[in-house]
Amino acid sequence: MKVNEIVRVLDGRLLCGSERSDYTIDVAFASDLMSDVLTLVNDNVLLITGLANLQTIRTAEMSDINCIVFARNKKVSQEMVSLAEESGISLIECRYSVFRTCGLLYQAGVKPVF
Amino acid sequence: MKVSDISNALELQIFSGSKGLDGEVRGGYVSDLLSDVMGNADAGHIWITLQTHKNVMAVASLKDLAAIILVSGHKPDENTAAQSEEEGIPILGTKLGAFDISGKLYELIGKK
Amino acid sequence: MDGALHYEYNVEGGDFSRAGYASSQIKKVLKGMNIDPGVIKRAVVACYEAEVNVVAHAYSGAVYFDVESNLIRIVFKDEGPGIEDIELAMTEGFSTASTAVREMGFGAGMGLSNMKRNADRLNIKSEVERGTTVEIIINI
Repeated sequence: MKVNEIVRVLDGRLLCGSERSDYTIDVAFASDLMSDVLTLVNDNVLLITGLANLQTIRTAEMSDINCIVFARNKKVSQEMVSLAEESGISLIECRYSVFRTCGLLYQAGVKPVF
Repeated sequence: MKVSDISNALELQIFSGSKGLDGEVRGGYVSDLLSDVMGNADAGHIWITLQTHKNVMAVASLKDLAAIILVSGHKPDENTAAQSEEEGIPILGTKLGAFDISGKLYELIGKK
Repeated sequence: MDGALHYEYNVEGGDFSRAGYASSQIKKVLKGMNIDPGVIKRAVVACYEAEVNVVAHAYSGAVYFDVESNLIRIVFKDEGPGIEDIELAMTEGFSTASTAVREMGFGAGMGLSNMKRNADRLNIKSEVERGTTVEIIINI
């Protein structure tokens, strides 16, 4: 699924990485625990989380995650955007709960990791 | 839909708190941050998480949650399971991750 | 790969806005070398967990990063409370992290096992009320 389709399905807002919004992501992972995210071996994973701070971006950088959906109406700071831009990570804000975000993307055909 | 219907449909393992399997489920909530669950989950929700320690039960009890589903093969700590028995709030388990089980649960019950 | 590389970075205890900076620099250095991406990922994940531990638990610290012909060596030395029982600390789920650290998405007791999983060798030495040294070795 392309990043701009993810934005559409979630009625979300793409904050950075719009120039790369037509690349495709096949698998998703939902967690608020960064050590849990750091156990992922897959590359090119969509991270769905309600944890919005600089460490979320750092974790994505270390795990080669290219796109993060911030659910629960979490607001992304300018500092987070700058850090994400540096590493080429797309950030999406979305007002739905993590549960609903997962549900909608799962229905739209996004697959889980593992 | 009852906790037991969901447990059967999603082939969940039942760790503890089977007294509560008849409880009605009004929605799902996914979070690993206890303060977030305290603030945002609603009574009757099934809570999907990988947190296994005892505080999870305190939150579930305060918020009147219907049940907890532990993801990615996590098992409740001993005192968490004991508390779940006492409170009659079931702790269920799955090998699937949070994304996967949420997707399936959302298909099953929809909304929120 | 000719000649050994050596870098050092400071890691401040308690400063979560900078946690991950050193790991990010190390990742950039590794990416500029002819090293398998899977090996880089293992190195930086272990490194980042170790860095977060210093930020979460210690007062101050530094990381020493070396790339030799056949291995990557990352050593974190901190001044801090130390670890009382290393074996217990290695148990998955065990954590002494504060609530604040937990709400940052860490402190679930997975950090050390993540380090162990990714490192080819992991050596931890600690003195209570003195500090901790964590050595991560990744074979290239």
